[in-house]
Amino acid sequence: MNEEYILQLQHIRKEYSGVIALKDVSLELKKGEILALIGENGAGKSTLIKTCSGAVIPTSGKIIINGREFTSMSPQLAAENGIAIIYQEFNNVKGLSAAENLFLGNPIKKGILVDKKAMEKEAEKAFAQLNIKINPKTLAGDLTVGYQQMVEIAKAIMQDAKVLIMDEPSAPLTSAEVESMFKVCELLKSKGVSIIYISHRLEEIYRLSDRIVVLRDGEYIKTLITKDSHIDELIHLMVGRDLKESYPPRKACIKEDEIVLELRNVCGNGDKDINLKLRKGEVLGLGGLVGAGRTELAQMVFGVVRKTSGKIIFNGKEIDPKTPREAIDCGIALVPEDRKRHGVLLGISVKNNINMPIYNKISRASVINSKKEQENAKKYKDDLLIKTPTLNQLVKNLSGGNQQKVILGKWLAANSELIIFDEPTRGIDVGAKFEIYKLMNDLVEQGKTILLISSEMEELMGMSDRIIVLSEGQITGELKKQEFKQDSIMRLASAVKEVKNEN
Amino acid sequence: MKTNVLNQLKSKAIWVVFALLFIGFALANPRFLSSSNLFTIARQVSMYGIASIGMTFVILIAGIDLSTGSVITIVNIVCAYLMVNSGFSMAAAVICSLLMATLIGVLNGFLVSTIGIPAIIATFATQIVFEGAAYLLSGGTPVYGFDERFKVIGQGYLGPIPVPVIIMICCFAIGAFILNKTYFGRYFYAVGGNEEASKLSGIRVGAVKYLIYALSGLFAGLAGIVMLSRTNSAQPTAGKGYEFDVITCVVLGGVSVSGGYGKISNVVAGVLIIGILTNGMVLLNVSTYMQMVVKGIVLALAVGFDCLQQKRASK
Repeated sequence: MNEEYILQLQHIRKEYSGVIALKDVSLELKKGEILALIGENGAGKSTLIKTCSGAVIPTSGKIIINGREFTSMSPQLAAENGIAIIYQEFNNVKGLSAAENLFLGNPIKKGILVDKKAMEKEAEKAFAQLNIKINPKTLAGDLTVGYQQMVEIAKAIMQDAKVLIMDEPSAPLTSAEVESMFKVCELLKSKGVSIIYISHRLEEIYRLSDRIVVLRDGEYIKTLITKDSHIDELIHLMVGRDLKESYPPRKACIKEDEIVLELRNVCGNGDKDINLKLRKGEVLGLGGLVGAGRTELAQMVFGVVRKTSGKIIFNGKEIDPKTPREAIDCGIALVPEDRKRHGVLLGISVKNNINMPIYNKISRASVINSKKEQENAKKYKDDLLIKTPTLNQLVKNLSGGNQQKVILGKWLAANSELIIFDEPTRGIDVGAKFEIYKLMNDLVEQGKTILLISSEMEELMGMSDRIIVLSEGQITGELKKQEFKQDSIMRLASAVKEVKNEN
Repeated sequence: MKTNVLNQLKSKAIWVVFALLFIGFALANPRFLSSSNLFTIARQVSMYGIASIGMTFVILIAGIDLSTGSVITIVNIVCAYLMVNSGFSMAAAVICSLLMATLIGVLNGFLVSTIGIPAIIATFATQIVFEGAAYLLSGGTPVYGFDERFKVIGQGYLGPIPVPVIIMICCFAIGAFILNKTYFGRYFYAVGGNEEASKLSGIRVGAVKYLIYALSGLFAGLAGIVMLSRTNSAQPTAGKGYEFDVITCVVLGGVSVSGGYGKISNVVAGVLIIGILTNGMVLLNVSTYMQMVVKGIVLALAVGFDCLQQKRASK
């Protein structure tokens, strides 16, 4: 086989009960190179690297490390063959020192006792090798995020890793920390270590990588030589799918002069200076990558997390919801991203779920008016075509699409005016998706207003009247319907507006 | 259809256990079936029954209230003290001590909901505090000498039925009414099933917790009043260990310790089982220590059964 490559993935395929996560993906990593792996959310990057660590067993395909062939890996095999992954969540124990973390699970012993001194000495050497200054005695919990990451890297190198896979390593770091991480990466590269670097920050990729592999929708798209490629080409490769799905049409229903929601310099929950206006009958899309601060913004409007500054103006009145209850009473509703954990109450009935926000209103002296309860549930079951044998069916027995409709029924029963949809069609089959889209159209045609958060580019472009894109907690741009283009959205989503503040 | 029948059976399983135990004790000792013994059981279980309503609510939201026994004790002491030493009328003393029991519940609610102490620790702390307080107040000696009329609550009869049994039945009815007919009841199930989703559906979860712990205190207090009237003297150890039996009743009655699931009607069965188990073992001359062993095992079995079901469901 080819001597040049330390790691080869050949024709990797992964299916999850009929859903294809990876489709014939191949990748080659040379000795001592930094290979960037890029793609949108859900492109399959994480699944791919997990096949290297043994966390994911491929359905078919080969993994070749230093000429040895494997059909799948296990965490142990990966370690033996010199593959280490630095995840976004560190595997450290906060209450142990940096040195002890370095030797976690494999301490230097003196008889039956742990030899702290020897470990600290070794740790010092390991850190010196990477040109990093960490006192081995410092508790991991007292180190900055950047240094905690360095400890992870040092650990991998100490265990003789030849391939280092880094999953969004720069995401939690300040810009100075990113600089020192880069230095470590380059140092490792010069020592012959190969790195697979996953990041959505394109400018980092241009600074650091030798080659770029692009994935899209679980498929291998292309490999580029970094210095010969251009950022426009890259963005186009990431998002350049043909738009084939059709979206149900809707009547023009935007009331230009009626502002339902206005945010003025809203800060908090990781977001900064958010300004936007939402008109009655409009579907405003919020685009961006996972972690861009869109859900966080929704949480502030819905009273889950309080904003730290700025103004939220709803129907001309300033509001400051401290609890979801207050937001609901104003007329704001949230269809959350994690349907099963945050959206529906799985263990209780369809009827109870739909009435939950208004029980206090359909009760007299705390006693529920069961006729009204039944009527309400029946109305929204019929209006939204919720498929359930009876209203007393437990929600956990319904399909994902019907659960989503129950949530919607709940908010319609509560007479909400503004409905925030956070990834409304995640994990819902195609037929049910289309129904949800139609319902959204019905809602705006009836004078409701929608804020749509979606990571699915097609859905965002197909359903929104206007799109605002966020990146790292800030608005990076706004697009009108006629300006919608996957490339422009992606460019805004990966933009970094300004250097992150130092801690 | 088949699974439906199976589920039906499963929900009635507790009553089958009750019937088997009942028949078993009846065969083992003929005295068990005598009407005087059955009335004794009924009177004994009434206190468990009353206190179990509040505990049912607490466990429904996946909480626990370990202070029940201490609330019973301090209600005994305070109510007796007010009647004997402070010259309160019977009604005033009862109302004041129930109010105090409710406030202890509110305190638990504050510790659990506002401060965020895990329920098991918060109510453990209040248990110790009020057990100590009861000793301090009574000086460690019993308080007695109440009005004859006070005896009616614990010892009286309405026709052939003991008054405490009537109180218990009323309490069960109130409990079932709260759970099934009021919107708070819906909130209890919702919060127990999923706190985060409940919050996002507009439920003020904190307020619900306050209410539940307050009710737990109130029902424990009521059990304390019945006990005081029955024993006719306030002992500083009156309610010691009571929470254990009450928790066992509730869990036996199928209220899930992970929250969100349970019915008052089955808790009735749980209460009756503990009642006849205690009584039957006494009749069979089983030693107190052996009784502890048996009850401990029953609790572990009941919770174990629930946890196994949860585990299977999550697979």
